[in-house]
Amino acid sequence: MKIKILIFIIIWLVSFFNFSYADNSEKVDQISKNLRCLICQGQSVYDSQSDFALSMKILIQNKIDEGKNDEQIYDFLKSKYGEWIVYDPEINKNTVLLWVLPLILFIFGGILILRKVSIK
Amino acid sequence: MLNQIGNYSLYIALISSILIIIQSPILLNRNNINFSGRIFSLISIQSLMIIISFIALIIAFIVSDFSNETVYNNSHTSKPLFYKISGTWGNHEGSLLLWLLVLSIFLLIFTITSKNLSNKYRILTLFFQEIIILGFLLFILFTSNPFISLFPIPNEGTGLNPILQDPALAIHPPILYLGYVGASIIFSSSLAALISGSVNKTWAKHIKNWVLVSWIFLSIGILLGSIWAYYELGWGGFWFWDPVENVSLMPWFCLTALFHTVLILEKREMFQSWAVILSITTFSLSMSGTFLVRSGILNSIHTFANDPSRGVFILCFLFILITLSVFIYFFYQNKIKNNFSKTYIVSKEAAVLVNNLFMMFFLSVVLIGTVYPIFLEVLNNDKISVGPPFYHKLIVPFMIPFLIFMAIGPNLNWIKDKINKINLQQLLFFILSIIVSFIFLKRVGISYLLSLPLFIASFFLFFITIKDFSVKKTNLSQKISHFGFSLFILSVLINGVLAKEYSSNMKVGDERKFLNKTIKFESLKINENKNYQSLEANFKITDKNNSINLKPEVRVYDQPQTITSEADIKSTLYSDNFLVFNILKNDGFYNVRYQIKPFMIWIWISIILISFGGILSIVKKNG
Amino acid sequence: MVKNIKLISVVFLVIVSFFILLKGLNKTNNYSPNLNSSKIDFNFKAKFLYSDEETTLYELINDKDFSIINIWASWCLPCRDEHSFLLNLKSLDKLNIIGINYKDNEINAKKFIKELGNPYSKIVVDPSGVNSIELGAYGVPETILINNNSKTILKKYIGPLDDEKFAELKLIIKNEN
Repeated sequence: MKIKILIFIIIWLVSFFNFSYADNSEKVDQISKNLRCLICQGQSVYDSQSDFALSMKILIQNKIDEGKNDEQIYDFLKSKYGEWIVYDPEINKNTVLLWVLPLILFIFGGILILRKVSIK
Repeated sequence: MLNQIGNYSLYIALISSILIIIQSPILLNRNNINFSGRIFSLISIQSLMIIISFIALIIAFIVSDFSNETVYNNSHTSKPLFYKISGTWGNHEGSLLLWLLVLSIFLLIFTITSKNLSNKYRILTLFFQEIIILGFLLFILFTSNPFISLFPIPNEGTGLNPILQDPALAIHPPILYLGYVGASIIFSSSLAALISGSVNKTWAKHIKNWVLVSWIFLSIGILLGSIWAYYELGWGGFWFWDPVENVSLMPWFCLTALFHTVLILEKREMFQSWAVILSITTFSLSMSGTFLVRSGILNSIHTFANDPSRGVFILCFLFILITLSVFIYFFYQNKIKNNFSKTYIVSKEAAVLVNNLFMMFFLSVVLIGTVYPIFLEVLNNDKISVGPPFYHKLIVPFMIPFLIFMAIGPNLNWIKDKINKINLQQLLFFILSIIVSFIFLKRVGISYLLSLPLFIASFFLFFITIKDFSVKKTNLSQKISHFGFSLFILSVLINGVLAKEYSSNMKVGDERKFLNKTIKFESLKINENKNYQSLEANFKITDKNNSINLKPEVRVYDQPQTITSEADIKSTLYSDNFLVFNILKNDGFYNVRYQIKPFMIWIWISIILISFGGILSIVKKNG
Repeated sequence: MVKNIKLISVVFLVIVSFFILLKGLNKTNNYSPNLNSSKIDFNFKAKFLYSDEETTLYELINDKDFSIINIWASWCLPCRDEHSFLLNLKSLDKLNIIGINYKDNEINAKKFIKELGNPYSKIVVDPSGVNSIELGAYGVPETILINNNSKTILKKYIGPLDDEKFAELKLIIKNEN
């Protein structure tokens, strides 16, 4: 009986309702690891147990069952929630510096070193 | 009462700080002064006052003095004593006071241990360090005072976030701060050395200990944070590339680079400017870390309660320090006599430069990945997320050459080495690594394309670092740290490749098959604890040879009322069994997640080994 | 000369970063995406709360000129607060209010409506939360204003309605035609 009361308190506090998220699928895990749980503070959908994240996992599973591939699922979610939802920003005019700047710095540093050292 | 003591001591510390800052330029112009007397007493008084205020805050937490606002907001009478004490620095105000405490104690240690160095250098270091202390004092007193009195006095506090009530997290911040604040001494002393024209072997020898100390504390601090994240936060992950984690990693890269550079500076008197730049950068990154974490500009798992005016203060202070150091650097740059010209391409010096190049690359990836979204949002109003896939894509390909360089580099001689010496023995090890990686990946059954070169490079470094223990030439501490690093990379890789996960909804009494194991949900019971109740489940995992019991909990804390899931983890040398469960709304079912994480314990052990190498290096030299 | 250029560029970089970060500080962390299109080009099936029949999103938003889709749950406290605004909106003739009952228990949901009144012309259930994600929702409560003729989303409110949002909603419906 006491257990039931405690469970009731917990449910009341967290309001889980995730009955349909059942056995795991590696594909869902893999995709949800790349998605930000938008209502959590910096957690991925995979890591989160919030309502939003749990629904998201079901949705991903549904989309997979419908025969959608990874790309289509990401695009679908981006159209709903914007670029913010994916952890892996695609390269476009907004993010080109993000990807290229570290590489430029590496090459620049490499050249600097090569100029300072002597081969003979 | 305690509030008054705390406040007054902080004001006295503030006055001493101002007095020191005013006096030091005067002392600087006098020749032949004695670095003791008044200025030393001022430093001692300052440290003493800050210690008193810190103790006052701890006592306020222990006796649950709710007339103190910080205590009221972050504590509760029902909390265990240990967490009452750790609650002192588990909040914004207290953690800043801890920063200040470490700053002043480190300065005291510096003044005592630098007696044989020039007065000019010591006074200048003192001057810069006092500017930092003054900044923190002002920040604490005017935006984040931990000694604000409440009236009428509340009967009960609001409690500490239960997620922070954890032994690893209780000592994680102080350790990390020791690392950050150690970097402040490096910063001040490098500027002092620059101005007094003494960026030389003597300085290198002196600063090396400080670099090592900060580096060791930072490493252990990061380790504790990861361990905490592993069993408290996620589903078996230990590093999320979360901005707050990145912020502690950035100074680590910088310190690692700096340490190697300082070694060269000590032996060969080279790369002086670079050492100074790195010293300035390290501390700037530590401060930026404080800014990013404390201002709430980031979206993170660990973001603390925040207030924009505090953010503005730290930001201004940070940029004053950076601008100041940039001008000092450019103004006094000519005092340094660099001799880059004698670096031969196959030599230890060049190897250190390559190490630095990679460290700076990793640093830039993490830095850009962390701040880019902030910049983009301000400039373009677009919000993007930069997460694990980004870091992996940029760091992993560079890891391969880095690991190979790391294997070869330390065996090179100073000044000039023969190219053909690298060959035979290392080639044999390289072939061995190819064979081992190939067999390993074939047995595990994953694609070779991406993993194979990475595994070859890691095994190569692993074998070479083991072999190096038989070579007499290099010192033991380096061997241990480098071996630790190779072990770390290898464990992380194997862990990533072999981890297995199962999740399902189960009732009490249910049994599930997973791989060659059976997971049985045996029972459920309630535990009453001092400030929480918990629902404890009992799972039995059986395979062919043996069985283990895992008892994860769901805790309901009273103050503030919060739910946490506590995973149960059984570690062995080969793998960790990790199980966590959650309550579902529909009757009787529980969401169960079970993971097998191979070589998890070796990740922790390897980081301890890396740090141990550093400790050994300090002990050996001073002993 | 080279030294000066270096100094100036470093200082410039520092100052620019300073102002960007300063501006970043004053930004709120609330976020709503600028979507490429607000066109409703998707559909979903859902069951009614008061019957076992199924319907689709398109059928739901066919009546009248505007629809408000309100996502709610009996366990959600802010939903109670905003309920009076919804009841108030019910009087607009051009508008249809549709409730999506999010991850709820049927009995509690019906009790909630009985207690507080029913502003909705139709209520469908979303036990897994998937339909709400199709609508681009974050959780409960959330309110979406749709132009039924052009099938576009006009406005989206995350969190409970208040006086300000209520006034804005009415204004949009009045002006839009």
